[in-house]
Amino acid sequence: MTVAGPRTPTLLEVEEVGLAGDPGGGPPTSTGRILGKLARDKAALLCLVFLLIVVLMAVFAPLITKLSGWGPDEFDSGAINSDLGGVPHGSLGGISGEHWFGVEPQNGRDLFARIVYGARVSITIALSATVLTGILGVVFGLLAGFYRGWVDQAISRVMDFLMAFPALIFMIAILSSLPAGNRPVLLVVVISAFGWPYLARVIRGQTMTLANREFVEAARASGAKNVALVFREILPNLRGSIIVMTTLSVPGYIGTEAGLSFLGVGVTPPTASWGQMISSSVSWYSVDPMFFAIPGTFLFLTVLSLTVLGDKIRSVIDAGEAT
Amino acid sequence: MTRYVIGRLGGVVVILLAVCLFTYLIFFKLSPDPAVMICGKTCTPDRIDSIRDVLGLNQPLLTQFWEFLRGIVAGRDYGTVHCSAPCLGYSFQTNESVWNMLTTRLPVSITVAVGAAVLWLLAGVAGGLISAIKQGTWWDRSAMALALTGVSVPNYVLALVLQYVLVVKLQVLPFPAAPAFADNPVLWFESYLMPWTVLAVGYACLYARLTRANVIDTLAENFLRTARAKGLSRPLILRRHALRPALTPITTIFGMDFAGLLGGALITETVFGLNGIGKLAADSIAKNDQPVIMAVTLLAAFFVVVGNVVVDLVYTALDPRVRVTSS
Repeated sequence: MTVAGPRTPTLLEVEEVGLAGDPGGGPPTSTGRILGKLARDKAALLCLVFLLIVVLMAVFAPLITKLSGWGPDEFDSGAINSDLGGVPHGSLGGISGEHWFGVEPQNGRDLFARIVYGARVSITIALSATVLTGILGVVFGLLAGFYRGWVDQAISRVMDFLMAFPALIFMIAILSSLPAGNRPVLLVVVISAFGWPYLARVIRGQTMTLANREFVEAARASGAKNVALVFREILPNLRGSIIVMTTLSVPGYIGTEAGLSFLGVGVTPPTASWGQMISSSVSWYSVDPMFFAIPGTFLFLTVLSLTVLGDKIRSVIDAGEAT
Repeated sequence: MTRYVIGRLGGVVVILLAVCLFTYLIFFKLSPDPAVMICGKTCTPDRIDSIRDVLGLNQPLLTQFWEFLRGIVAGRDYGTVHCSAPCLGYSFQTNESVWNMLTTRLPVSITVAVGAAVLWLLAGVAGGLISAIKQGTWWDRSAMALALTGVSVPNYVLALVLQYVLVVKLQVLPFPAAPAFADNPVLWFESYLMPWTVLAVGYACLYARLTRANVIDTLAENFLRTARAKGLSRPLILRRHALRPALTPITTIFGMDFAGLLGGALITETVFGLNGIGKLAADSIAKNDQPVIMAVTLLAAFFVVVGNVVVDLVYTALDPRVRVTSS
């Protein structure tokens, strides 16, 4: 289904064509060069600025809500019209100097505060999931590609199994039957458990090609140990692929977290999350469209910025490695 | 070739068994006692015991799992009730046969998947092709910007926006009700139009980007330079030489995506209230209806795994460069 992370490269694709950032000749593109290229691209800059705002919002959430005056869990019964079933006073969902993004219908919680705190949840979960899938994917991909034989067989079968699994159904089922406990940690674990094979597959294929290259042969002949071969010779050449695959997977994880919260199995209330806000806005969308539009817009813009940025980074790295 | 196919099908069975066992174990460990759930609030310990007995819940875990597997192949008996061949048990909630539930819901999911697939293939491949031919022009740039935007809209957000604009504000479409085609073809079409569109947008954008990239890569190949050097016209080069190698990879990806959708478009079906496999999954999970969760997971995994094999076979047929070596 569409919420789950990056798309599936099929076996043939990986082995025939090789994915983004094929380990070609030449030195890997330097971080400075990537940043320099991005800084000169207007669209990329715009996305960076928006993401910076979202991240700052997430980091300084308590400070920001002090300034705006309302916390995420404070009820403002004065801002809603209890005679009309709790529709916010005023137009546009109650947007005013008091409540910058209006209020939630029925209980009058400040939407701005909930968006700010929701950013915390989305960003933390997506970044943790990215780091965890990154580590799992690289480690298992390297192991399978470098040692081959039964190690490769075992890891590849586990990957086949995980990729055949209807991940979304399973994530929902497992999250709904587990005790509430620490939901964010559970979400990260579940998302990563099903996400790592997509990265590992690419890393495995590229490690296989790299392990046969002359410079690895040379290092081996001059007495380098396996550990050194993997970390000093092969891993640096995989940097491009790892950067591209992981940046492109972040928006996927943001979407997955929001999707799971939308389906009611993500972060538990009263903790605010964008997906959950959209989910609770469903029953109100014909009378109070702003309640839906605000978290929807933030979710969309965040995913869009991350996608555009990932795309730009990929083209910079591809161009760098082609020359 | 025959050996290869048999080997792959063996792999399918192994993976399905693993999915089955894994799901079974997880739900066994995590779920509350099914006997208590079936029995409901007014329940005596005797009744719970007899339900456990009929369902075989007193037996060891592996025996139960074996019984479940045997039921799928050969049918099984629950006390006096016989459940015939592809037996997936009975729903804890409605006592309906799970197999019947699946077969009544599957047509809806197939309708959703097929309609969406037609839309996204047409829009995605055509858009990507035009972009590739007009590479660098304003059309190409705006189409690709649009594609990036489309990929980034979560489908439930798009679903709600469309519903708000088309159903509530403009009132040009009815709320999706999924009637039978024969009863009212117009209403049928109008009902499915939004789900199709919502599902198709994300895929169409991905396919447009893929098609564009593939066509551009192919056009840079040596054999096409040769064709150009020989003086063939551009449309002829595209039609006869570039399209096939450029579009073959798309078929494999399409196979995977389509197979995934057959197992239920969970979010889209839930948002639009369409009674397909996806909604069945969401409902059964909400009610902790284990036999149904099991069946839905298995069905979805079945489509994905079989789809994978079909895709690989079709690819070998389409692209003779990929040879199957029997090793």
